[in-house]
Amino acid sequence: MDFQSILFNAINEILSPTTAAYALAAMGLAVHFGYTGLLNFGQAAYMLVGSYGFAIATINGWPFFGAVAVSLTLSLILTVVLGIPTLRLRADYLAIVTIGAAEILRYVITTTGMTNVTGGAEGISGFKGTFEAMNPIPEGTYNLGTIIINEYDLWLRITGWSLVTLVALLLFLLMRSPWGRVLKGIREDEDAVRSLGKNVFVLKMQALAIGGVLGSLAGVLFVLPRAVQPGNYATTLTFFIWTILLLGGAATILGPILGAMTFWVLLSLTQGILFSLVDSGLIEFMTVTQVGQIRFMLVGLLLMLLVIYRPQGILGNKKEMSFGV
Amino acid sequence: MPKDAQPVIVTDELVAGYLPGVNILNGANIYANKGELIGIIGPNGAGKSTLLKAIFGQVQIRSGSVELHGKNITGLKANKLVSAGVAFVPQNNNVFPGLTVEENLQMGVFQKPKEFSSQLDVVIQIFSELKNRLGQKAGSLSGGERQMVAMSRALMMDPSVILLDEPSAGLSPMLQDSAFVRVSDINKTGVTTIMVEQNARRCLQICDRAYVLDQGKVAYSDTGRNLLVDPKVIELYLGSLGA
Amino acid sequence: MSKESKATQKSLIGDLKPSPGVKKVDPILVADGVSKRYGGLQAIDVAHVEIPRNAIVALIGPNGAGKTTLFNILTGFETADSGDWSFDGKPLRGKAPHLLPKMGMVRTFQLTKVLGLLTVMENMKLASLQQIGERLLASLFPFFWRGQDKGLEVEATDILRRFKLLEKQADFAAGLSGGQRKLLEMARALMTHPKLIMLDEPMAGVNPALTESLLDHIIDLKKEGMTVLFVEHDVAMVRKISDWVIVMAEGKIVAEGLPDEVLKESAVIDAYLGSHQDSDLGVATGRITLPSTAKSTRSSK
Repeated sequence: MDFQSILFNAINEILSPTTAAYALAAMGLAVHFGYTGLLNFGQAAYMLVGSYGFAIATINGWPFFGAVAVSLTLSLILTVVLGIPTLRLRADYLAIVTIGAAEILRYVITTTGMTNVTGGAEGISGFKGTFEAMNPIPEGTYNLGTIIINEYDLWLRITGWSLVTLVALLLFLLMRSPWGRVLKGIREDEDAVRSLGKNVFVLKMQALAIGGVLGSLAGVLFVLPRAVQPGNYATTLTFFIWTILLLGGAATILGPILGAMTFWVLLSLTQGILFSLVDSGLIEFMTVTQVGQIRFMLVGLLLMLLVIYRPQGILGNKKEMSFGV
Repeated sequence: MPKDAQPVIVTDELVAGYLPGVNILNGANIYANKGELIGIIGPNGAGKSTLLKAIFGQVQIRSGSVELHGKNITGLKANKLVSAGVAFVPQNNNVFPGLTVEENLQMGVFQKPKEFSSQLDVVIQIFSELKNRLGQKAGSLSGGERQMVAMSRALMMDPSVILLDEPSAGLSPMLQDSAFVRVSDINKTGVTTIMVEQNARRCLQICDRAYVLDQGKVAYSDTGRNLLVDPKVIELYLGSLGA
Repeated sequence: MSKESKATQKSLIGDLKPSPGVKKVDPILVADGVSKRYGGLQAIDVAHVEIPRNAIVALIGPNGAGKTTLFNILTGFETADSGDWSFDGKPLRGKAPHLLPKMGMVRTFQLTKVLGLLTVMENMKLASLQQIGERLLASLFPFFWRGQDKGLEVEATDILRRFKLLEKQADFAAGLSGGQRKLLEMARALMTHPKLIMLDEPMAGVNPALTESLLDHIIDLKKEGMTVLFVEHDVAMVRKISDWVIVMAEGKIVAEGLPDEVLKESAVIDAYLGSHQDSDLGVATGRITLPSTAKSTRSSK
């Protein structure tokens, strides 16, 4: 067993751009659920809209920031479509509608009729050009200790994590403010907040929009190191993000970040160890391909254990969870 | 009321609370002799409801003990307490609104279903108004009627001790009076009764002895009558309205 | 009727006779033909009712009379089948509930709605209608709202002190007892600077001695120009502070008038007060023992 390679692979997950993307998506979900109590089970839809919006705009000649603007616009449209019918109703309705929306979008994107726009089941590639062009880092390879990467990857990591940091700061300001206070009230009892003169519907829409925009930005970040593939936006994605959110602490800002890092390190470690054990013959009841599937089982198990034994996650406040109010 | 050598129920230096690190009860000591009607009054946040909930195992007891007929029942689960003879009537959500009155009473005697008919007779003796309402859904009853059903249900197991959490809460003056009369009627059948009340005056008028709880401890204890006229108690807890 | 009472009645209804729905000299809230059915039950059937400005009005009645439902309808939390009502002359029917506090009308709930996961102080600050930091853009710049927040804290501290909740200001509201939550909800409502404050059983669960001290504060609200409409079962409280009493039963207004007059009416006694009001229940139930044989064990810790 190659312990160093297993360990290094795990450590590399900490600052990988994919981890940053998941952290962003989870921060969006934190705004939705952690702070406002909105049950969004379609964060994958926001990511999908962000990824495809950016990719399609870019391959059609749009400049980088223009393409990002397209992603954000699509995100806001999605918020309006999801929010207007459901936010006046009980929380459960938003949950149901978002699951449906995510799947509908995924199927629409994959249909053969849309293939010339969305690439159908094959997806889209070749949209990294504008981002690459902005890279100030000189060409070459860079040794980060546990991994050797090229200038594009380094540029991606720097921008990705800078974005995460910036968003964390903004959310911190937002949630400490009176606006954040009203949201916390809404999470607990909408009628109480209404009786104090606040327009609950508008506030929930704002929260949905902000969390959605973060999800779509995550979508852009997510595809920059890879191609856009519709298969990536299935419900599995949404539940990975939920697990990350609950693992880190739903109503915190650092929780989603810590959760994303912990999640991917854990997955990488278990996968690495299991793979080695199977490959070297020490475990016989599993094949190498099955190790990949184990991933999903483990995530499911982790999610269940969290909800049962530690719903506040790593950084969450036990007091906030101990009332059963 | 004849006094037995040993009290039916005793709490010893009970300490309990909801939030980690915050104690609501700070060493509560109360006892009730067989057949007594005990009242517990006091300011907001004193721990009156918490005391009942601690006895009934619904709040974690951090130190101290509760004894029933000399046996330690500290922290026992509710179902064990019910079979041991302790009944609890909470303030809210104390009936099953979707079930009829009769079904609610059946739920009360869940552990010993064969006793239903005989116990039903006993209960109807005290709450005769329920006789015509047995088939009615409990959720459609008025507040006072629901209160009756909740108390009846607690009596179905023929308990030795019944704990009542603010039986008069939310009722109109007339219904409050009948609630207190009913508690007295229940007690007259021989059931040791402990009631927490915010309507201190009425509570003290009917109870044998009472405790004034303040900040999780007993501040005063005496017969109901004596507390009613005690100037300190009037000033701190009773107020002079309605005197 | 004393001279004082006659004067009070004249100021409220002029020369008219007290009767259900009697017109007021200066009404702040007027409701007409409000009705609501739940399945087969007529929950509300109020032909006409007016709440006089700058008075303390008690709304009493047996359970199920419709008092809370009427509150809910007037404040927009429930819809009515028919009827019109207005506040300060402005029609309210169909208005979303969150618009009322800005107009000057605020309410509390029978089953308290304190925000348990916020602290007592946060609950208070949340109630203010003027915090500019509650707007999304402004919230990003603490510079805009810090000063206001501090001002709100000062105001809240003063109110909390009056309600004896000041030491609890940093506690989560969920840790408060039932009576303390009632007090917080009332204190919180005051932060909106209302013209009309509607309290649904404000003293339920509040210990009698504290209730007594708070009654003076309610009278102060009237002195400051507010109108107070409250639902209560505490007859002593109603007698002590209300200027006017409205009695509801089975969805209708059945009586209106000065407290001492209304509480003497036989219909009210039969349906609501009961005839034991002034008697001692210990005597009525046959429990009372003569004072000389009562034992005394005093323990003060």
